[in-house]
Amino acid sequence: MAEHELVAPEETRRDFLYVATGAVAAVGAAHAAWPFIDQMNPAADVLALSSIEVDLSPIEPGQQITVKWRAKPVFIRHRTEADIAEARAAPLDDLKDPEADEERAPRPEWLIMVGVCTHLGCIPLADQGEFGGWFCPCHGSHYDTSGRIRKGPAPENLTVPDYVFVDDTTVAIG
Amino acid sequence: MEGFLNNGLVRWFDSRLPVFSYVNEHLVVYPAPRNLNYAWNFGSLAGLALMIQIATGIVLAMHYTPHVDTAFDSVEHIMRDVNYGWYFRYMHANGASFFFIVVYLHVFRGLYYGSYKAPREVLWWIGLAILLAMMGTAFMGYVLPWGQMSFWAATVITKLFGAIPWVGESVVNWLWGGEGIDNPTLNRFYALHFLLPFAIVGLVVLHLWALHHKKSNNPLGIDYKGPQDFIPFHPYYTIKDAFGAGVFLIVFSIFLFYAPNYMGHPDNYIPADPLKTPPHIVPEWYFLPFYAILRAVPGKLDGVIVMGLSIGILFLLPWLDTSRVRSATFRPVFRWFYWILVLDIVVLGFCGANPPEGAWIDIGRAATAYYFVHFLILLPLIGWFERPLPLPDSIAKPVLSGGPAPAAAIARDKARGERR
Ligand code: HEM
Ligand code: FES
Repeated sequence: MAEHELVAPEETRRDFLYVATGAVAAVGAAHAAWPFIDQMNPAADVLALSSIEVDLSPIEPGQQITVKWRAKPVFIRHRTEADIAEARAAPLDDLKDPEADEERAPRPEWLIMVGVCTHLGCIPLADQGEFGGWFCPCHGSHYDTSGRIRKGPAPENLTVPDYVFVDDTTVAIG
Repeated sequence: MEGFLNNGLVRWFDSRLPVFSYVNEHLVVYPAPRNLNYAWNFGSLAGLALMIQIATGIVLAMHYTPHVDTAFDSVEHIMRDVNYGWYFRYMHANGASFFFIVVYLHVFRGLYYGSYKAPREVLWWIGLAILLAMMGTAFMGYVLPWGQMSFWAATVITKLFGAIPWVGESVVNWLWGGEGIDNPTLNRFYALHFLLPFAIVGLVVLHLWALHHKKSNNPLGIDYKGPQDFIPFHPYYTIKDAFGAGVFLIVFSIFLFYAPNYMGHPDNYIPADPLKTPPHIVPEWYFLPFYAILRAVPGKLDGVIVMGLSIGILFLLPWLDTSRVRSATFRPVFRWFYWILVLDIVVLGFCGANPPEGAWIDIGRAATAYYFVHFLILLPLIGWFERPLPLPDSIAKPVLSGGPAPAAAIARDKARGERR
């Protein structure tokens, strides 16, 4: 064979082996890389914490609690009649991110939302700001009693997470 | 590579920071003896193993917590919850074993072919320093999962320093950071376990520097006479090393995926209990011969000293071996004693694995004694009395006349080279 190659060198076989080896190495490298990337994704125990149940019975009207859900604060506010009336009275045209209060709080007395400012992630302070709702101290975003952005740099309303009422005093978030 | 190096942009960069010509010099056109056999694969495999340890170790470090209350649980969290966590942990634990396997084979290659002899003494010393650093790293890594074996291995090994006269106890308390092994100990072991592998990387750079300065030894153990004794590293040894890496990874995968706990000890899946020692404690397999030597010697201090000397005398090996012939291929007497030494070390390993009772005590003592007799008495004497076989004239000669296959291959490559 070697003698034969001296006279009529055959390129194809060696070239084929060269390309095939490179291809196998490339596929192997991609397979080896994936676990290194995936190990940084949320682990099973983290994902298992993705829904929580909260007992609402101790929260009086006008009070708010903050619970931790998926590493974030969730505000649960027992709204007063005045809060609700104010939220529903606001004309949608005035809003930066128009959304009806009825959609944000199907059970009007319970406003449940992720307490993370949609600007850059600070936690807004309750019962402050020009609209009687929340005020974010970081860069001055004002939210109303429905958690909608009314003034300041935040682009969107505070996010309402998925939740269901398991019974009248228990809510399951997530 | 030639074409690449002539590219204008590459030349511009290279004249300012010569990385490309450096790679070319050391991995492409680098002249390597043309007769290296597969025993020379273990160096590159050790490098691969080191990179695997560092890569998987950094992943583990992202999920591990070095605290006595949470360390064990965090390792279980890695095993059960983290995506591919089991894969990284098993790769790291088995990788440590495979690292030692390839490094031990690398060392025994050196012992067989006389690679420690002039002019490679410093290269040999750096290798021994790497071995010591690896032992420290593996020991401290083994403590991190905070199982029963972790805890009691840490106890027994740190207590060795208690044998030092006068200051022993203070030294041990200093190592522990307390009156016993506790959180401060675990924290400092973690910090050092993270640091040492990078120190090993530094030592490896020195190792390769020394190697490329004097070039590789070879199976014939004779000096090179001229360019005909060499072939370029690439493609000949890049492909040979890549093939070796493939074989290594296959064997490694068999353990990783089908027997990941084969080389481990089940007791390390019991959380550490400072109030209860397991009935039979053994170190990881790669420490067993040294453990046997430690136990063979009566007297705490003496045992520690003799164990230290078992590696210490290897630093003097270039002078203890009085023969000027390197390769065992041409040393009929040495060759026998080489294999007896290998057997002796295997026996020591078995002694280390078994409880120090009955016959194991005597066997351990005899094997320990023989180990030192080999290096301190037999080796100098064999060098003086042995009549080596005649050495070949050059590396190229036996290779080129060794049969039609290599000659034809060289001729073919010449033909290819001219065409291009
Ligand atoms: C020379 C290289 C290394 C060797 C020989 C080595 C050896 C070991 C050993 C024997 C264990 C115990 C395995 C077990 O039983 O689970 C271990 C655990 C560990 N190593 Fe390494 N290692 C090395 C490099 C590294 C590096 C570079 C890092 C981090 C940057 C690292 C981080 C860890 C961590 C976090 C653990 C504890 C997790 C576990 O036990 O699975 N290692 N190492
Ligand atoms: S983060 Fe709230 S206003 Fe910027």
